[in-house]
Amino acid sequence: MSEPVLATHGLCKRFGALSATDNVSIDLQPGEIHAVIGPNGAGKSTLIAQICGGLRPDAGRVELLGRDVSQLNTKARAQQGLGRTFQISALAMEDTVLENAILGAIGAAGRPWRFWRPVLKDTDLRERAMAALERVDLTEHAGKRTADLSHGQRRQLEVAVALTLSPKVFVMDEPMAGLGAEGSKQMTSFLDGLRREAPILLVEHDMDAVFALADRITVLVYGRVIATGSVKDIRQSAAVKEAYLGESA
Amino acid sequence: MIAERWINGTVIAGILAVLAYAILADEPFTITLLTRVTILALAAVGLNIALGIGGLVSLGHAAFFGLGGYAMGILASHAQTFTPLDLGLFTLPGTKSMPVIWLVAVIISALAAWIIGLLSLRTTGVYFIMITLAFGQMFFYFSISWSAYGGEDGLSIYVRNGFPGVNTLVPAQFFAVCFVALCLALVLFHRLQASPFGLALNAARQVPERVETVGLNPMRLKLVAFIISGAITGLAGALFADLNRFVSPTMFSWQLSGELIVLIIIGGVGRLMGPVIGACLFVALEHWLGGLTDFWHIWLGVILLVIVLFARGGLIGLLTGKEGAHV
Ligand SMILES: Nc1ncnc2c1ncn2[C@@H]1O[C@H](COP(=O)(O)OP(=O)(O)O)[C@@H](O)[C@H]1O
Ligand SMILES: [Mg+2]
Repeated sequence: MSEPVLATHGLCKRFGALSATDNVSIDLQPGEIHAVIGPNGAGKSTLIAQICGGLRPDAGRVELLGRDVSQLNTKARAQQGLGRTFQISALAMEDTVLENAILGAIGAAGRPWRFWRPVLKDTDLRERAMAALERVDLTEHAGKRTADLSHGQRRQLEVAVALTLSPKVFVMDEPMAGLGAEGSKQMTSFLDGLRREAPILLVEHDMDAVFALADRITVLVYGRVIATGSVKDIRQSAAVKEAYLGESA
Repeated sequence: MIAERWINGTVIAGILAVLAYAILADEPFTITLLTRVTILALAAVGLNIALGIGGLVSLGHAAFFGLGGYAMGILASHAQTFTPLDLGLFTLPGTKSMPVIWLVAVIISALAAWIIGLLSLRTTGVYFIMITLAFGQMFFYFSISWSAYGGEDGLSIYVRNGFPGVNTLVPAQFFAVCFVALCLALVLFHRLQASPFGLALNAARQVPERVETVGLNPMRLKLVAFIISGAITGLAGALFADLNRFVSPTMFSWQLSGELIVLIIIGGVGRLMGPVIGACLFVALEHWLGGLTDFWHIWLGVILLVIVLFARGGLIGLLTGKEGAHV
């Protein structure tokens, strides 16, 4: 295997008596989609928060592009090339769809300290934002207030904002959540193409999507990795069936 | 529904119409009232950057208003007694020049906003409100005990300070100076709100975690907004002191901080002209109702209550039919 793009080493996080992340070491190789699955409350979002910098682990470290980023905050990790989407859409609801995408473009350019020129007249930012919106089919909704979008469209915008950053790694927390069958299918084919740009650490509940996309799957239960392997390995694993697939399928 | 542009134009035209009337009818007191509106509006435009765009409910903006006022009072009092201002390492002459006083007022209040912001922005919500209130009160009590500059009694300045090419002793001319300052601040607010900084700040108010994940620092954005905001309110304080030719600890009072917030809520939070409309209404009520009853604040409270309950976008929101400042 080549040098991983993203790796965690022995991450641990406790909330009181609850061990939400228990010695988790996973990695993401160039060009792959590595899915993390597990029942509700398994600690998937907590793991992502530690990878992205929102939550400090009690122990362990996070490496991004071969560099230890454990001490960096969310902002700095984003600047290093980490593109994240949230399980619950974190968008500026009062703003337009375009403005949300432009926020990403401002972040990518790293220059928010411009106080005078109207941002909507900045062609660089605008083009970058529109390009991202086009890729997730939101072009015609660019002028809409984000609060007026459907749930599915918000999920698409969530991805578009990450796209504006041209990240080196995507970390996505349940991008299909609440999308419905048709929406999930579209998102699946979109992510399938996206892996050519940057590898994806994909936390997902939708098993069809995971089995269709993942190069590798890691199964998390009670904060612990109980299995890692190819789609075939995981499908056949008795431990996984018992702990997880058995109860949902 | 009425377009916001029309409302904005009407407000400005209305202020100028009252001015024209006051000049023709020779009512200097009306001009003084208008000047009061203008200066309070300026202070609130400053606060509107922090509160309206950045979502920072500062109950301590009187600190900057007072600092601007005392910058004026101290510099002018040294000038009128011909004693230099002793700063330990060196001495400074006093001055009666408005541009110099403004520069000092802006720098001092920006510095204060920087320090207060650095310490307060670690907190959010009610804690932020309380910390900014505490800072405001610190300045208030300090000014009361600062006997060198009048303590509780404040400082009187006998002649209004000068502005090159303007006779500031003529009410209409002093009004013009204040009005131009307000218009410049409004232009700044307008540009800022539409700028990349404004967009990022507005997002930092709504979803700070999103702003971080695109590689920006929401705290830093808010801090810069707080500094700009404090500087503008400080400038308003210097003008207010010049209007009254008097500075006292009441400029630091938390009631004033509260009134600035009320002005903005009544007019419309984050709206360009929200502070101006709020200031017009506030001074009108203070003048008309204040003449009838000492309890006019009750009526202000009733208006505030109605607006908070039934018109979240303030008067501008009500007239335009759009609750939010954006879109
Ligand atoms: N900030 C927190 N404080 C206390 N407990 C938390 C906190 N965040 C998550 N948890 C708990 O940690 C466990 C893992 O949560 P989470 O990572 O959200 O799971 P998942 O995303 O896999 O559904 C859950 O039991 C949850 O209740
Ligand atoms: Mg989750």
